Amino acid sequence: METRYWNRERETMDREALEKLQLEQLQATVDQALKTVFYKRRLGKIGITSGRDISLLRDIEKIPFTTKNDLREAYPDKLLAVDRDEVVRLHTSSGTTGTPTVIYHTQRDLDAWTELTARGVTATGATRADVFQNMMTYGLFTGGLGLHYAAERIGMAVIPSSSGNTPRQMKLMRDFQTTVIHATPSYILHIHAKLAEEGYSVEDLNLKKAFIGAEAHSENTRKKIENLFGMEVYNSYGMSEMNGPGVSFECVCKEDMHIWEDAYLVEMIRPQASDRMPDGEEGELVLTTLQREATPLLRYRSGDLTSLNTAPCACRRTHHRIKRIRGRADDMMIVNGVNMYPSTIESIIMAVPEVGTNYQICIDKQGSLDRLTVRTEIYSKMFTGDIKALEALKTRIREKLKSAIIISPVVELHEPGALPTYEGKAVRVFDLRDKND
Amino acid sequence: MTKQINVFVENKPGRFKKITGILAENGINIRAIEIQDRGDYGIMKLLVNDPLRAHSALTEAGLAAALRDVVAISIKDHPGSLFKLAELFEVRGINMLDAYGFVTQAQQEAIWCVEVENPSEVTRVVAEAGYRVLAEDELYES
Repeated sequence: METRYWNRERETMDREALEKLQLEQLQATVDQALKTVFYKRRLGKIGITSGRDISLLRDIEKIPFTTKNDLREAYPDKLLAVDRDEVVRLHTSSGTTGTPTVIYHTQRDLDAWTELTARGVTATGATRADVFQNMMTYGLFTGGLGLHYAAERIGMAVIPSSSGNTPRQMKLMRDFQTTVIHATPSYILHIHAKLAEEGYSVEDLNLKKAFIGAEAHSENTRKKIENLFGMEVYNSYGMSEMNGPGVSFECVCKEDMHIWEDAYLVEMIRPQASDRMPDGEEGELVLTTLQREATPLLRYRSGDLTSLNTAPCACRRTHHRIKRIRGRADDMMIVNGVNMYPSTIESIIMAVPEVGTNYQICIDKQGSLDRLTVRTEIYSKMFTGDIKALEALKTRIREKLKSAIIISPVVELHEPGALPTYEGKAVRVFDLRDKND
Repeated sequence: MTKQINVFVENKPGRFKKITGILAENGINIRAIEIQDRGDYGIMKLLVNDPLRAHSALTEAGLAAALRDVVAISIKDHPGSLFKLAELFEVRGINMLDAYGFVTQAQQEAIWCVEVENPSEVTRVVAEAGYRVLAEDELYES
């Protein structure tokens, strides 16, 4: 298999040199962080007044975690480490729970972000010969602009279509023979569901690759998209606090995502606790920026659950890999006392050929017990018209789910297209239980 | 053999209108209709004058629809004729998955339409017993 690199020296540097570089960068980052109101106070409390107070990578454990809530409290400028004149862009998060958060970027920050994202795109085998249609929202959301600049830097022909307007997306893909797309998995599935209705077929398109991100999804979802479009699908992971997309990307091996360790120091922490998970075990991803000037972040708790794969990769990149995100630490559902993640349910639904790709999970109360309902859509191409087969299908899905999540759910079958679709991040879980109970 | 269209429908207001609307738009005449109900959803079964066109119109509209072979048996429209057919089914061990009837000419002819596991075999048995099984295009005219 051909391996392409964007920055071969950095991507394949030996671990010892990489860790040495990390330590130097960590010390510089602590110095940079001390220029912010927030970290000056927080690090001062524990006696850290200079990067030189960190002499080993492991010393990072002395530093308290930074949380989303800290970012909210530091809004708008208590985490700004450079002079305002140095800021060339800022991204704020939607403040769905009240106060938003902000990440500032200097020109060097943006260049570094573009470099990391370009590494990821190149690792999938995409080149300047590709036509790239970027279906992620442009604007304050980082998904659009993050990939945009990397694709331009590589020299791809970029179609900045942004999200939404599905008929136009299809026309652009056909007219310009788009080879690579970037979108959420649910949006790509939505496009597929609407293709015939808009008078297109997969054969009219020239799709070779898709980058999917911004939504936790299962391996079965990836396979489903690959089969539906006959293209290679690569998982990408990022978050606005860590720039956005480009934090980690799958290479052509498609087995876990390389996380750029010259830009991020990776820790795996026990959820709702502070100790490190043993190597290879699932925990909450905690990242420290190692290159950022304007908004350095130390030990930021991502809330995302994954585990570290430290095995050597066939692509010869030395940067470790993270598994696909299993969900958010706060996505966990407790139904009748049993813990489960929506991703487990998704994985099972996606492996059933008779149902479509859209689904909903609903939890409500029936008397004193919780009731879990999983709603799926019939996949029209697999429909035989036999009611006994439908009842058997319901039973089969229920049994499969029960063996994975212990609880026996109610399975509902709906008409194709009956469940709502989303052009951005999909909302799949509806918890209708009264929180005051 | 007669083709029936089975359509997956959710049990909620407006679905019947949606399906009959698609058929009306495509100039399709419904000869018989039946709904097999399973509570939250059901299967609507349609005998129409142009099943292939009806099937493609329904699937293009995004519905889950399938063509099924059924055995459409002509019987006399008078007392006891269905009982006689039922006796034949019992003797020959024919099990019906679903069935419905409709009158084509009052006092003269009715059609008993059955879904079975093995429609070709049942067609043979019924024809041998002297019944007329409708050919594929008989329901399609007019």
